[in-house]
Amino acid sequence: MRFKGSDTYVATDDLMLAVNAAITLQRPLLIKGEPGTGKTKLAEEVAGALGLPLLEWHIKSTTKAQQGLYEYDAVSRLRDSQLGDQRVHDIANYIVRGMLWQAFTADSPVVLLIDEVDKADIEFPNDLLRELDRMEFFVYETRELVRARHRPIVFITSNNEKELPDAFLRRCFFHYIRFPDKDTMERIVDVHFPGIKKMLLREALEVFFEVREVPGLKKKPSTSELLDWLKLLLAEDISPETLRSKDRKTIVPPLHGALLKNEQDVHLFERLVFMARHNR
Amino acid sequence: MLAGFFLKLKEARIPVSIKEYLTLIEGMQEHVISPSIDEFYYLARTTLVKDESNFDKFDRAFGEFFKGVEAVAGAELDLPLEWLRKQAELNLSPEEKARIEALGGWEKLMEELKKRLEEQKERHQGGSKWIGTAGTSPFGAYGYNPEGVRIGQDKSRNRRAVKVWDQREYRNLDGSVELGIRNIKVALRRLRKFARDGAPDELDLDTTIDKTARNAGYLDLHMRPERHNAVKVLLFLDIGGSMDDHIKLCEELFSAAKTEFKHLEYFYFHNCLYDFVWKDNRRRHAERINTWDILHKYGNDYKLIFVGDATMSPYEILHPGGAIEYMNEEAGAVWMKRMLNVYNKAVWLNPEPEEIWTYRQSIGIMRELMGARMYPTSIEGLERAMRYLSQGGK
Repeated sequence: MRFKGSDTYVATDDLMLAVNAAITLQRPLLIKGEPGTGKTKLAEEVAGALGLPLLEWHIKSTTKAQQGLYEYDAVSRLRDSQLGDQRVHDIANYIVRGMLWQAFTADSPVVLLIDEVDKADIEFPNDLLRELDRMEFFVYETRELVRARHRPIVFITSNNEKELPDAFLRRCFFHYIRFPDKDTMERIVDVHFPGIKKMLLREALEVFFEVREVPGLKKKPSTSELLDWLKLLLAEDISPETLRSKDRKTIVPPLHGALLKNEQDVHLFERLVFMARHNR
Repeated sequence: MLAGFFLKLKEARIPVSIKEYLTLIEGMQEHVISPSIDEFYYLARTTLVKDESNFDKFDRAFGEFFKGVEAVAGAELDLPLEWLRKQAELNLSPEEKARIEALGGWEKLMEELKKRLEEQKERHQGGSKWIGTAGTSPFGAYGYNPEGVRIGQDKSRNRRAVKVWDQREYRNLDGSVELGIRNIKVALRRLRKFARDGAPDELDLDTTIDKTARNAGYLDLHMRPERHNAVKVLLFLDIGGSMDDHIKLCEELFSAAKTEFKHLEYFYFHNCLYDFVWKDNRRRHAERINTWDILHKYGNDYKLIFVGDATMSPYEILHPGGAIEYMNEEAGAVWMKRMLNVYNKAVWLNPEPEEIWTYRQSIGIMRELMGARMYPTSIEGLERAMRYLSQGGK
C-alpha cells in the first residue's frame, strides 16, 4: 500500500513519504499545520486512494478518551430493567462501541481519523497511549480484550492549541504541512478548477500572496480561503484586468471578504490601501 | 554511524528518545525509503522531530552531521529574521508599517537591519556607538529611526547584548511562547477544583443505579448539585507607571481569569501594596478600599495572585512614606507580610522576563517577601504558578 497523492489532493514529497512511512511502520501520523492547509482532507484522500473505509472521530472539548473505546449505556439498561426486558441480563447489550473499537474489529484495515486532538482535555492523549501503541484495550464490563484484527492507519490532526504530551508524541510520526509555495499552489488550484483561465489564476495568486504578506493580519488567508475566493471570482466573472490594475496596492481587491475573515483584518487592510493611495 | 547522528541531535537539544531512534532504524530496514539522502532527511524528521519549532535546530544538526561541516562557533549568532520582524512590528504603528511596505518591503529592510546589527555587535566590543547616531544609516534615508525599533538602545543600556540575542530571544522564537487568552485559560485551568454545592438538579447516575440495585430493582432516583469550579481567587493588579508596557498582557490575563474563575475578586494597586487598593481605575482617589477590609472580608481559603513588574525604588517597599503617590504610614513590606500571613497560597506573576530579575533590586526584595514564589508570565511560568497554587497542604 503506497500513497501517491490523488486527483483532488496535491501532496508534496515529504508528506507522501511521511504517510507511507506511517503506513508501513504502522504508527499513527500526527499532522499539524496552519488552518486550511488540508490536514483533515489528507485522511479522506488517503482512504480514497487506498480504497479503504474511513472512520472519523471528531474531538470536542468535552470528548473523553473512553468514548473512543466504548460506553456503557446504563440508562437504557435501567429502563429495560424497569420494563422487564430480557436483554437486561446480558450487559454486553448495553456496551456501545466507539470509533477505535469499530476500527479495531473491522473486517479490512481502515483509515481512522482523530480530528483536532488538541481540542480535548490536556490528559486526553495520555489516555490513549496504550490503545494506539498496542492497538488493544480491555472492556471491564464484559471482561473481554479487544485487539485490532488489522492495525488501522491512524491520522491525528492538531491545530496547536495545546501542547501534546511527550509520551504521546514519541509514539507518533509527525508532519507539519507547510504553507504551499506559488508552484504548489498553482497545482492545487489546477486540481480544483481545471478549466480556470491561466491569466486570472496568475493575477489572483499574486494578489493572494500579497495579502498574505500584509504584516499584522490576525488570520492570514489560507488555501481553503483562496479556493473559495477563486470560486467567487469565477462566479462573478471578474476579468484578470481588474485584478491587475496598475497599482495593485492602491485598490482593494474585489470580493476580499472571502480572503479576510476577521473584521479587524479587513479594517487594517483597507486602511493600508487607503494610506498607500494617499502617499502616492 | 546513525548513533552518532542521534547523539548529534541530542547535543542540539532536540528532544529525541531511543524509541524514536529505533523506529527510524526500523523504517530503514523496512525499506520505507529509497537510499537517497533527501528521503532519509524526510524520514528522520518525521520520526524524530515532533514539533515544527524544532525543525530549524534539526536542519542545522542534520546539515552539520551529513556534510561534515564543522559547526562554526558563533554560527548560532545568526539573527533570526522572524524575530527581528516581530520586534519591529511591536514598536511600529500600522501607518509606519505601511510606509515601510511601500518602500522596498520588509525583507529588504530587515536584511539591511540585520547586517547593520551584526556589524555593530562587533563595533560595540570595540567601544563604539550603537545604531541611530550615524547619519549614514540606511534607515535614516527611509525616514525610519532605528531607535524606534529600540533594539540597539535596549542593548546598550543593559549591557548584556549578545546573551539576550542567543539565549532568550532565540529560545522564545523556538518555543513559540505566544501568550494568548486561550493559552492563559489553559494554564489557569490547572487551578480548577470542582466541588458540588447548591441545588441538586443533576441526575446522579451512579448513585441511582447503586440505590436501585439495593432497592431490589425499583427505580430510586438520586439528584446532586452541578459541579462548579470552587476555587476562590483574589487578583491584585499593578497599574500605571512601568506597567504600561505590559498592559496588553495584563488585559489578556485578566479577561482569561475572569471567565475561568467564578469567585474572582480583583483590585488595583500601584507598584506595591499599601493600606488601600481600588477597583475602578478612573476613580482611584475617590473609591478606595481599605486593605484591612479585604483581609477581614475574604477567608483564608482564597488564593492570592499579584500581577506586577515589581520594578520600583527599594524605598517604596521597605520604608514608611516611600510610596510615590502619597504618604504611607506603614511600609509596603509590612502590608505584603500581613497579606501573606492570612493567605498562605500566594504567587506573584511578573511580566518582566525572568533573566533580568536579578538586575533589579526591587524585584529581588519582592521575590524574597513572596518566599521565591514569583513567576514569569510565560505559559511555562503560569503553569508553575498554578501548580503551586493548586497543591494541597496548608
